[in-house]
Amino acid sequence: MTAQKQKLVIVGNGMAPGRMLEHLFEVSDHYEVTIFNAEPRVNYDRIMLSPVLSGEKTYADIIIHGEGWYAEHGITLHQGDKITEIRRHERKVISESGIVAEYDKLVIATGSNPFIIPVPGSDLPGVLAYRDLDDTDGMIAAAEKGGRAVVIGGGLLGLEAAAGLKLRGMEVTVIHLMPTLMERQLDTAAGYLLQKELESRGIEVLCEANTKQIIGSKKVEGVELADGRVIDASLVVMAVGIRPNVTLAQEAGLEVNRGIVTDATMKTSDPNIYSVGECVEVGGMVYGLVAPLYRMAKVAAEHLAGPSDAAFAHAETPTKLKVTGCDLYSVGDFAEGEGREDIVLRDAQRGTYKRVILKDNKLIGAVLYGDVADGAWYNQMLVSGDDVSEMRETLIFGQAYQGGGSVDPLAAVAALPDDAEICGCNGITKGMIVKAITDKGLTSLADVRAHSKASASCGTCTNLVEGIMGITLGDDFVIPAAQGMCGCTSHSHGFVRRMIKAKGLKSIPAVMQELEWTTAEGCAKCRPALNYYLVADWPGEYKDDQQSRFINERVHANIQKDGTYSVVPRMFGGMTTPDELRAIADVADKYDIPTVKVTGGQRIDLLGVKKEDLIPVWADLNAAGMVSGAAYAKGLRTVKTCVGTDWCRFGTQDSTGLGIKLEKALWGSWSPAKLKLAVTGCPRNCAEATCKDIGIICVDSGYEIVYGGAAGLHIQGTTVLGKVATEEEVMETVCALTQYYRETGFYLERIYKWADRLGYDHIKEVIYDNLDERKAFAERFRYSQEFAQVDPWAERVAGAEAHEFKPLATLNLEAAE
Amino acid sequence: MNMQSKTWIEVGTLNDIPRQGARCVKNGEMTIAIFRTTDDRLFALEDKCPHKNGPLSDGIVHDGCVTCPLHNWVISLETGAAQGADEGMSLTFPVKLDGETVLLGL
Repeated sequence: MTAQKQKLVIVGNGMAPGRMLEHLFEVSDHYEVTIFNAEPRVNYDRIMLSPVLSGEKTYADIIIHGEGWYAEHGITLHQGDKITEIRRHERKVISESGIVAEYDKLVIATGSNPFIIPVPGSDLPGVLAYRDLDDTDGMIAAAEKGGRAVVIGGGLLGLEAAAGLKLRGMEVTVIHLMPTLMERQLDTAAGYLLQKELESRGIEVLCEANTKQIIGSKKVEGVELADGRVIDASLVVMAVGIRPNVTLAQEAGLEVNRGIVTDATMKTSDPNIYSVGECVEVGGMVYGLVAPLYRMAKVAAEHLAGPSDAAFAHAETPTKLKVTGCDLYSVGDFAEGEGREDIVLRDAQRGTYKRVILKDNKLIGAVLYGDVADGAWYNQMLVSGDDVSEMRETLIFGQAYQGGGSVDPLAAVAALPDDAEICGCNGITKGMIVKAITDKGLTSLADVRAHSKASASCGTCTNLVEGIMGITLGDDFVIPAAQGMCGCTSHSHGFVRRMIKAKGLKSIPAVMQELEWTTAEGCAKCRPALNYYLVADWPGEYKDDQQSRFINERVHANIQKDGTYSVVPRMFGGMTTPDELRAIADVADKYDIPTVKVTGGQRIDLLGVKKEDLIPVWADLNAAGMVSGAAYAKGLRTVKTCVGTDWCRFGTQDSTGLGIKLEKALWGSWSPAKLKLAVTGCPRNCAEATCKDIGIICVDSGYEIVYGGAAGLHIQGTTVLGKVATEEEVMETVCALTQYYRETGFYLERIYKWADRLGYDHIKEVIYDNLDERKAFAERFRYSQEFAQVDPWAERVAGAEAHEFKPLATLNLEAAE
Repeated sequence: MNMQSKTWIEVGTLNDIPRQGARCVKNGEMTIAIFRTTDDRLFALEDKCPHKNGPLSDGIVHDGCVTCPLHNWVISLETGAAQGADEGMSLTFPVKLDGETVLLGL
């Protein structure tokens, strides 16, 4: 080792040499490093250009090494200055601006150049490659002017460019020479699914299309295909491939083939010159994906640092497309061939496709589209080269189907006698559940629910049922960590709600696609939940999906066991008038409504209304000034009141007036589950505020706000949120509390369960203690109500959703014979 | 189902039926629900769940099935069979499209 540092010169400042230096600095400080970079920039992550194009990231986000990093390591960085000559016998390089640098070791990392098809017009302004930040900026600038972009090349880069330009608002056509997209990484089935997905996003895809020329006088105006078709375009992006940039090495007399030839230590034909990156040809291969380039970087660094036996070896690299929502994964070899076995799992409805390729009982390739969760698992098997014959039967279903660790049985559940009732809703005992599991060979909670009905209603006994399954099945059953929303997804409600906000998902198909639903259209459990989350999270933006609502919310009445409906008009604060009562009586007579009942929420229920009578019934009630009481809704139901200071000798405040105000402010809002309020005029609690979702207890000095009561399957008294002095504060606090529940509750989770989950202290801190938060929540609630306070009855009477209420046809029997 | 002697009867147009929804045809005492899926396939079932006669036309339509609004039985639109662990059948009827016209086979 000498005191004098050796001179290391690097030509190129891309990702491969950047990574090489990181490794080198970890193990050696022998070198004084000089970098010449043709691009006037520091080292940035080229893989992330697509997110920059699509607007998901900015240049600043993708910088790998900032200016500081170069300074810290004493690197001399010449930006925007390219090397024009290597004088090997003098160990010198010469730059365009005339700088001469001596080296002891030289690393050539000149990367690759985009291949521009030499057709007429390919040099016109408006024809871009997709290689570096300048290209990306050029595309972004072009997209701002709008119009149509033609992307030539349906490979990885081309499709990422197409998707990005589409997101930037351009019309996009992809021209691809081959019959299917990404034919090097995907088989035809996966290529087809990908094409369908892109087309559904409005990207036009033309396969087997050969570019004849690019048309335009001063700038690009269109692309002409060999078959004579002409596509107008204001931007053409060529993404047909890359060519290793070997000019400099070739002129220096190094051995060059397709790329700069190196041995497995990354050394070129000159022992003092190494090469890394896309410009290299090693073992007869050139590489364009980052993983092998990083492996080259590591090997080169080790040899620069000192004697090493590190060697570059070829390995299959998985391919992923960086287009949000297009999930595909491919690795290894998937051509058909002698001695190869395919295992394929297709689900056309879901649009998923999985294929693994085996040879000699080893996995040699995998192509996944739509469901890529197991990509890494397959790759692991490919790398390890393990014999997979034992799991051949279930291999295609993925890692989740390969069994798991043992379960620690719950001693308490094990100790229960067989006649212990587990599911109170359905009267199911432990013995019945065990019998169902063993007789029918059930292994999943969903099956146990289906067959035994245990935990199929309110679900509060789910943990017990899972415990029983654990005891009965032993190692065959693993109690799931987090409960999926339904059979369509393993994601929990909480996860889904977070992702809807985090990823800005604004439609049910978007949620299902992005969160990898395992069914095409969801089910009667998840669709109403997703619809609610989207209604609550994107007021004014999301269009309520009627087909994802339960019939009660779709026809604004409660379905009864005989298929008739019950109708409940709103009576704000439980107050009514002789005129309203007369109108209700008239409606009951006119439509032969068999049952009229006073409800627990202080209003009147008309039961047994025929579906086709709903609209005329509502029209008559509307005419008398009444609106829907939303007695069917996962939303605000009633605000029950007592007569307060108006009449009661104990009343301390105007509880009736406050109840009416609250109901007028809250009606129309959707919430995770039904929401019932009460305002009681004194602590005697005649309005039963202390078992409501939210209650107000009037006292001499103001109002106590309580919440989290339950008087259904579960009975519990409310918990105090806090005390306020004025009606205005009551209104603001209740709106804020409701909004917090709306934003974080799980579908069908009553407010008491929500509060149990979040913690009463936490909710008090957010909604009561923190005045700014309280205001912000209340304001969001007020905004949401702008869109929610529409009487659905009046809308239907005016003709909305008319198809719900009348038959498509009424046939006469003769015609049917 | 009397496939042999069926007559095709015009009952309306495709657009009368919402996607992922249903409309009913009254045929004397019987009500027949005609379902339309996301990809515009049509299916006809008697509007009666085999469980407790719930109106299937009021259910949520998903993945070739409808979930009954009363007790969440899931019925296959194609076969009328209850799915999963439940057992039962709803009557099915042939239905087809002639252009935009919906024809029900009775």
